[in-house]
This record gives sequence, structure tokens and C-alpha cells, in this order.
Amino acid sequence: MNSRGILVGGLSFVGLGVMGFVLPQWTVFLLSLALARGLAALSVALLMRAGLVSFGQSLFFATGAYGAAFLIRLFGVREAVVLLVGAVVASMALAALAGLWIARYREIFFAMLSLAFTMILYGWLLKAYWITGGTDGMRIPPPTVLGVAWPIDRLRTVLYLVTLGCTGLALGLTHLFLEAPLGYAVRAVRDNEIRLEYLGSSVGQVVYWTYVLAAGLAGLGGVLMALNVGHVDPQLAYWTTAGEFVFITLLGGTESVLAPFLGAVLFEFFRTYALKYAPYTWQMALGGMMLLLVLFMPRGLWTLRHLRFRKAVS
Amino acid sequence: MLDTVVVIGTDGLIYAAWLFLIALGLSLIYGVLRVLNIAHGSFYALGAYGAASLIGLYGRQDLWLYGIYLMLPLAALAVGGTVGPLVERGVLRWMYAREPVYQLLATYALFLIFEDLVKLIWGVDPIYAYAPYTLLGEVSIGAITYPAYSLLLIGTAVVVGVLVGVFIRRSRTGRVVVAMIEDPEMSTALGVDVPRMSVLAFTLGTVLAALGGAMTAPMIAVMPGIGAEVIVLAFAVVVIGGLGSLEGAAIGALLIGLLRAATVHLIPVLELFVIYLVMALVLILRPRGLWGRLEIRRL
Amino acid sequence: MKVILETRGLTRYFGRVVAADDLSVRIGEGERVGIVGPNGAGKTTFLNLVTGYVAPERGTIWFMGRDITGLAPRAVTRLGIARTFQVPQLYPSLTVLENALLAWAAREGRIMDPWRPLRRTAWVAPAMGLLARFGLADDAERPTYTLPEGKRKLLDVALALALRPRLLLMDEPTSGVSVREKFPLMDTLMEALAPAGVTVLFVEHDMDVVLRYAQRVLVFQGGRVVADGDPRAVLPEVSIVPSGTGMP
Repeated sequence: MNSRGILVGGLSFVGLGVMGFVLPQWTVFLLSLALARGLAALSVALLMRAGLVSFGQSLFFATGAYGAAFLIRLFGVREAVVLLVGAVVASMALAALAGLWIARYREIFFAMLSLAFTMILYGWLLKAYWITGGTDGMRIPPPTVLGVAWPIDRLRTVLYLVTLGCTGLALGLTHLFLEAPLGYAVRAVRDNEIRLEYLGSSVGQVVYWTYVLAAGLAGLGGVLMALNVGHVDPQLAYWTTAGEFVFITLLGGTESVLAPFLGAVLFEFFRTYALKYAPYTWQMALGGMMLLLVLFMPRGLWTLRHLRFRKAVS
Repeated sequence: MLDTVVVIGTDGLIYAAWLFLIALGLSLIYGVLRVLNIAHGSFYALGAYGAASLIGLYGRQDLWLYGIYLMLPLAALAVGGTVGPLVERGVLRWMYAREPVYQLLATYALFLIFEDLVKLIWGVDPIYAYAPYTLLGEVSIGAITYPAYSLLLIGTAVVVGVLVGVFIRRSRTGRVVVAMIEDPEMSTALGVDVPRMSVLAFTLGTVLAALGGAMTAPMIAVMPGIGAEVIVLAFAVVVIGGLGSLEGAAIGALLIGLLRAATVHLIPVLELFVIYLVMALVLILRPRGLWGRLEIRRL
Repeated sequence: MKVILETRGLTRYFGRVVAADDLSVRIGEGERVGIVGPNGAGKTTFLNLVTGYVAPERGTIWFMGRDITGLAPRAVTRLGIARTFQVPQLYPSLTVLENALLAWAAREGRIMDPWRPLRRTAWVAPAMGLLARFGLADDAERPTYTLPEGKRKLLDVALALALRPRLLLMDEPTSGVSVREKFPLMDTLMEALAPAGVTVLFVEHDMDVVLRYAQRVLVFQGGRVVADGDPRAVLPEVSIVPSGTGMP
């Protein structure tokens, strides 16, 4: 992404911010959700750059969401900023642990292990109802933002701006990451693991830190979702949620850091309308689209182009 | 104490039989075609829905009472026989040369499509077809009564396991299938008609998945979403037992079945948890699975 | 002459194939050594063993007086041994310059840096200089997968050289390169290597290349070294079955 891209991105953000005051509340709400999911999709995209498909980013999404819920319930935290930081830290800590194992796998086994991990969390969230609320989930009361207890009619807009701000920050950091040696090393893992080892680097380490960073992004998405919706439930950790993130990533692409958000916004609005007008066919339409994408891979479908360069390591 | 053991054992066996039926097809398909078929859950669901419809249809005619059980394998064959070749020739055929991640995404896309397809054809309300279930009445094992249908389930699992095992070991086609599992390149070199075998293997896997669904239909409320649950369980069984291995699927099923029965009765909170935990542990400690033959790429 | 690389009794089987049979070899600092032999003689295995890609069943490997047996390739690389491959191992989706910059980042020990840009001034200049020495400066912004074979070989060596190795192992540098281009390619390589004072071992099938560029040759057969000395003396004596293009 060059400086022009940054300018465009920056203006878009300002524009989006302004829209928060102009658009109707329900649109603003959807946009917030789209941004939160976009962050999770970004985390999938990041791992895809390393040639890995994760069906388990929902693990960190849910950790972020429930992390906030527990901070509120157990420690009485009410400030959004604290919740945000806490959730991200929790997600990255979990990834630091899980990554010790999962970062050594590739392809199908990485996907399956990530799926297993997220289902483990799901199982626990569902069954340990006396802590987690089971299927009912947990409520997230309106937080204070920057110390202020905003009135309800303003809160939605404020949360939207917070979401937008966090997304912008995350995007900026991710962009820096991707322009740094480690960011390039991620692509190198996908391209040619042998060469990376022969440059004296540890492929495992590169994957590990990418995994941790991706978890942070997904966790941030999760807590933002929780704050905006006001509620968390175990479904956040179910593998189909992770599947949604994968799908959004494919829709938007991985070429630029903005792409997953495009996919997320498209997805969110499409889904809302589709649920109303074509409740039984929209998933099929999306699935069909995805199938076509995967099958025929028209040039310019950035996402899959990244997977193409993966060299088989014997 | 003995009672608990008997209960856990029987419960475990019943659950294991169910798991075996749903997982066998997945394992087979992965073994032969090296494709991890997320749509496997969809075939299961289609089998369940198909069976539910056929059972309903049959029940409305005035035919031989026990003939209703024929609807189950019939549904499985009908579903598997049509959807299997369609999916394999229509979609998967183009994906074999691609990397596994593509295949995973393609089968995931298929899963999404089938989820809606089911809603379109059968609607979203639950469907009940428990005639075969209630028809057999109950049976006492120890101090507990079980529906006799559960024994039918176990019997079916055993029969299917034996049949598939015989097919693989004894028949010529079966041995080609094994060869393809163990050494795909060598098989092509030896002139195996790979396209034909691929359709065959995939269809067999689909029929097995559908059979699992069909056998389950009388026991549950058939509704959207049952496919999604089953996939992860099937994955777990197959990973634990070993991909591409018949015995592995059986062992994995038994292990998980007993483990789950034990946790349900002794430590209920762990129930869902424990299966995926074991799956993760196996992936980490012994990625080949307890009985598997295929090597896992790891750095 | 100081010994830079020594193997003692290096042995490795692949099933029933003896890839390395009690190999005891000594390479002096600054030498230019060619390794020849028929296919399957164990030449590439030797490189794999030395760089730690494959572990020996028996024997030890010593680099600059230090036991490196059993170390992983990345550890061996960090100690000062670099290697190129029969099929050049590059990052196809990155540009030529980005490949070189990554190698430079590795040289500086900064691959794990997550914040500051890869394309920083401090690195771009020397990376471009490196590319220039191999005649690749004009291709800097090209995606690597568009490079022709000869240039891919050069880039492969450039990446290895970026690491400032003391010992460079090249696996068939001229294989897949047309006869006309072999010598110019080797000239470029050797010229680029000259100022660095690097010890060079290269596996080759082309005897002319060995005669021209190596001071010493090791002849491998069946996992053993059957002849060792000045190429002009050794090569005419040894009958080696020609092995075609040398493709794996």
C-alpha cells in the first residue's frame, strides 16, 4: 500500500466517521458489526498470507467477547478502553499458549487443530453455565467510554466511533507489520519454507508470532462486537462463526488490509437484506459464489493468488 | 458401581456405533482422495431428511409394517447415489491437483449450499419420523431399559463395518481402493482408472454418511443445522482413530463413545469439551492417529 | 592451510541405499572445490548432511573447529554456511529486491522485526549493490516468478551470499543453464565471490566447469570419495558415467 492508498484510506475513515452522525441508527449499528467482523476476517487474511487457513479464529473472537464479559462481571470494570485492552491481552495470551502447539502445523492439520480448539472453548462456554451463562450467554451492560457514561441515545454513535477508531488503529499497525521484515517473512513462509530456514530464520517462530498477532485482531473484533451488541453467547465460538470469517476474507481478498473490511460490510448488509427477502437462498448464493471463486479463480482474485505460490515441502 | 459401568458401557457402545457410521465415510474419502470433506455433514443431513420423507411416505401406505426399515438404506442409497457422483464429478474432480486448502474451501462452500438447499426443499420446521424407533419397543440391559432401536444401531454399525472391511480386503476393487490410500502415485503408475475409482470411493463415502443420517432420523428432530454438528464430531473420530483407516474409525468411535458416556454420567460439564480435547491432544502427540497410516506434514 | 570444514566418518542410509559411507573429508579455508560423481553418488546428500537438512546415522561434522553435527539448517546458516539449490529456492511472489532485502534482514539478524519497514534506506543500498554484482540490478522490481532460469540461479547465489558466509555450498549451479551461458554464469558467480574470501564447494556435472573453476575436486561414488585432487590430474583418470541434465 503506497501513500496514495493511505490517503484514500484516511479519507475513507474520516468519511465513515462523519457518516456515524448522519446515517440512521440501525445502519450505524450494522456498520459497527461489520467492522468488528472485518477485524476477525483480517486475522484470517493475515494467516492466509502464511498459507494457512484457520477455521478457528472464532476462538479469539469469543475470548475477546467473553473476556470483556468476565472483566465486567468479576472485576466490575465499566470503562470501554480497559475492556478493549483487557480483551486483546487475553486473546493474545491465549494465542501465545495455543500457538506453542498449533504453529507447527500446516494446511489441513492446522485447520483442523484450530477447529478443535475453538470447539473446545465452545463446549466449555456451553456447559459451564454457572460461570458463562450457557446458551443464554452473558449480558454486557453499556460501558463508560473515556470515563463518560454516555446517554443511551448517544451511546450507539459513540461506540461506532470507538469501533471505527480501533479498526483504524488495528489497520495501521497491521500495515506497519506487513511492511516490516516479519511481515514479509510471513509471505516467505507461504512461498518457500526451506529458503527461510536457510536464511537462518525459524519458520515456526514466524508462524507463531503471526498467530499471536492475528489472535489480537480477532479478539479486538470480538470485544467490539460484544460492546456494540450488549450480549455474548457461545455461538461466537462455534466453528461456523469461524467459517463466516473465512468466507468474508475470500469475498474481500487479502491483497490489501482494507479488503477484508469491504468483504465484511458487503456480507453484513447482504445478510441483513437477504434474511428478509431470501432467507433460504442467500447462504446458497454465497456458497455458490465461493465455489465459483475457488474453482475458477479468475485473475485478480487476490486471495487465492496468495495460496497459489505455496511450494510443497517434502 | 457395576450399574454405572454397565450404563456407561452400553451408552458408550450406542454412541460409538453412531459415531462410527458418521465417521467411516469421511475417513474413507480422505484416505482415497485426500480431501477433507466438510460437506460430509451435509450428506448426513440429506440422508436424515431423505429418510424422514421416505418414512413418512411409507407410513401413509398400507404396507408391511417392518418394511419401513428398508426406507433407511434406501434413503442412504438414493441420496448417496445421486449427490455423490454429482459432487465428485462436478466439483471435486477439478480440485485434486490443487492444494488441500482449496479443497477445504470448496467443500465448505458446498456445505453452505447444501444448508440452504435443505431449507428450500424441506423448510425450517423440525420433522419427526420416529415410527421405526418406537416400533421396536424397549429392551432391558441391567437395571436400565433401552430402546431396542439402539441395538439396531449397533448392529448396523457392525454390519457396515464388516461389509466395508470385506469389500476392502477381499474384493479386487476394494484392494485398489486400499492401494490408492497407501500410495496414490504408484496406483496411477500401475494403470488404475483413477477417475472411476474416485467417483466410486466418494460415492461410497457419501452413501455411508447418508446412512448415518438415515439411521439417526428416527431418533431426533430432523432440522437445519444437524449437519454442522456432525462434521466436527466426525472429524474428531477420524483424527483420533487415524485418517483413512477403517479400524481407526472404529477405534476412534469406541474411544470417544465410551469417553463421552463416562463424562456424561460422571462429570457432565466436560461432555462436549472432552471430545475436542482428545482430538487436539491426538493431533499434537500422535498426528497420525491411533491407527492411521498417513503421514502428517509438520515442521 | 586452516581447515574450515571437516567430516569424520559421516554415514547415512536411505532404506537400503547408502547415500554416505564413512565420509571423511577436509576442506581448507579459501579453497574452490568441485564435487562430481554420477547420480545417486551422494553429492546432494553430502550438502544436506553438512547443512543439517538431513541427520547422519553416524559420524560428525566440524565447521571452523566446532561440532555442528545435528544442528538444524537455520543454526548452521547462522554459523556461516550458506547454500544454493539445484532448483533455485526463491520467494516467487516477492520482487527480486524484496528477496534480497529479506536476505539482508536475515544477515542483520532482523527478520523478526515487526515494525520498521523492510525497504529502509540502510538496507536498500547494499541490497541493490549485491544485486548489481550479479547483474540483477535492473530486475529489482520484477516479481521473481518472471525471472528466466539463469537469473534465478544468480539470485539464489546472491541470497546465499547476502548472509556473509564463510563457506558457500552450491548444488549444481549450472544445471538447466544452456551450454553457451554456463561459463558467463560461472564467471559472474566467481567474480562476485572473489572479494568475499569465501570457501566454495560446488557440486557439478559439467567437467569443463570443474576444470576451469575448481582448484580441487572430490569424486563421489556410492557415498564415498573415490578420488581427491587437482582436477586436471584426477578427472581424465576417472571414468564417470555421464548423467544427462542433472535434473533430480
